[in-house]
Amino acid sequence: MTEALAANALLYLDDVKVSFDGFKALKGLSLTIEPGEMRAIIGPNGAGKTTMMDCITGKTRPDEGEVSFEGGSIDLTKLDEATIAELGIGRKFQKPTVFESHTVEDNLYLALKSDRGPLATLFHRLSGAEAARIDELLATIKLTARRSDLAKNLSHGQKQWLEIGMLLAQEPKLLLVDEPVAGMTDAETMETAALLRRIHESGKSVVVVEHDMAFVRELGVKVTVLHEGGVLSEGSIDHVASDPRVIEVYLGR
Amino acid sequence: MIGYFLKNGLDARVRLALVVILAIAVLVPASNLLLPESSPFHVPTYLVTLFGKYATYAVLALALDLVWGYCGILSLGHGAFFALGGYAMGMYLMRQIGTRGVYGDPVLPDFMVFLNWKELPWYWYGFDHFAFAMIMVVLVPGILAFVFGWFAFRSRVTGVYLSIITQALTYALLLAFFRNDMGFGGNNGLTDFKDILGFNVQADGTRAALFALSCLLVALGLVLAAAIVNSKLGKVLVAIRDAESRTRFIGYRVATYKTFVFTVSAMLAGLAGALYVPQVGIINPSEFSPANSIEAVIWVAVGGRGTLVGAVVGAVAVNWGKTWFTGVLPSFWLFALGGLFVLVTLFLPKGIVGTWSEWRAKRKATPPSDAAPAPAE
Repeated sequence: MTEALAANALLYLDDVKVSFDGFKALKGLSLTIEPGEMRAIIGPNGAGKTTMMDCITGKTRPDEGEVSFEGGSIDLTKLDEATIAELGIGRKFQKPTVFESHTVEDNLYLALKSDRGPLATLFHRLSGAEAARIDELLATIKLTARRSDLAKNLSHGQKQWLEIGMLLAQEPKLLLVDEPVAGMTDAETMETAALLRRIHESGKSVVVVEHDMAFVRELGVKVTVLHEGGVLSEGSIDHVASDPRVIEVYLGR
Repeated sequence: MIGYFLKNGLDARVRLALVVILAIAVLVPASNLLLPESSPFHVPTYLVTLFGKYATYAVLALALDLVWGYCGILSLGHGAFFALGGYAMGMYLMRQIGTRGVYGDPVLPDFMVFLNWKELPWYWYGFDHFAFAMIMVVLVPGILAFVFGWFAFRSRVTGVYLSIITQALTYALLLAFFRNDMGFGGNNGLTDFKDILGFNVQADGTRAALFALSCLLVALGLVLAAAIVNSKLGKVLVAIRDAESRTRFIGYRVATYKTFVFTVSAMLAGLAGALYVPQVGIINPSEFSPANSIEAVIWVAVGGRGTLVGAVVGAVAVNWGKTWFTGVLPSFWLFALGGLFVLVTLFLPKGIVGTWSEWRAKRKATPPSDAAPAPAE
């Protein structure tokens, strides 16, 4: 049965276990993301959200279990970060991480899908198609007016958007977005939800990890609740919000 | 492709620096060779050689700025690549001595005769050919840097740990080259050179030519380094400096990029060392001493890291100061150097060139004084 599940899934995690010096960060986590699906993942601190992302993107090797991409054809546990990124998995960090001393457009330029070898970049010339794509991305993340500014001069929220723009520039099949609205104003939060929905509507799969319940509700997608390194509950936001085990975890016992 | 790449390196600041450097490369040798000694514009030979030496230091500083200023790799062992290039040149110069050595052996350098060596060790083969020696000048530092980088950067050694390993690298080479049975002249190193490509190394004309070549190398190094940092690869290097893991998750192989720039930088440093040796007339293991590499870091910091031109300015300025200072108060130079580093870090963190361009940018940005707000009474 797991074979059949893996075959239809874009991302497939089965019984993934990770421990750090005896601390079990993931205790048999299983998760399936369909092609074109948007999924919200919530869970209290220490639930294993970031470790799960680390396993998918090649930063951490799971001790046990399967992590595969594109219908189980690619085993992600054997590959390094750069290879996984080139396969089409983009990741946004929890703390907004952009290239501070580059301009906004150079940040996107570096992220554009292209040959990543040193000789190719040494002799690379910005093509018309690339310039057009940068313009398009700037419009998507609403930073056209700031294109020539250094990224370090952007506000916190704008850095988050720029990082999402950099993910899009990679033309990924799957976006992993870690706490995109942390530290944002309510207006920025709603704007970000709309941005992520637009990205999803353009046909990409998106996994959003978030604490902010209002934001998750705004996304309006299937929710997976993690707790202590495993899946606690899964379903619509109303379903998981009324699950007594979820209430217990979130409200304390 | 290559043309576009190099043209990209010629930004306004580099063009200005090139004009100045090339003018010096022509005017100083001309005044030394053509003007009579009584002329107030005559540059004495000792100064030509002294500034020729500074020019080679400037190239070393450029090489260091490329890895430190743009990729955040603080190498405290760049003097090792400079010294290796110097040794390769020194070996060529030793082979040119021939029977004019103290012992008059046509093949073996004096120190080998003195140590009772019967034949030339294999790694000295080929160094009687200038072209072979020149290839080794870039190849040996390049290979060492590549192998070192391959292991260090793939293992993701960064920050002070990497700095400490580079320091250990140059110290290990210092100890190795001190040993007589290494076959590089031990403690005394290689010296007593006679001629280079048939020209007497002591002659004014040769010294002027070496000076001009050193200036040319500064110019070439500057264009190459500027072309690299202005390319997309250069932007990737800065990205690695600013946010290494972000760069990795975008799909760039950080270790490959670091190894590439570290190797290019080491080759440039090797070339600088090769021009240094015939001008100072000696290469010995003290060139590997960790303090030399640290001094090079201070030149870059003083001139302004991440500015390229600043590295050149810093190397010349600090060494000029050193020559003056060691004449006046020789035993206090290291204190002065340490003090300079502290002062620059505290009050001039962007160095001379960095602070200058910031000041100019500010002047450009602020409207003329009549638009300035009136001072509060």
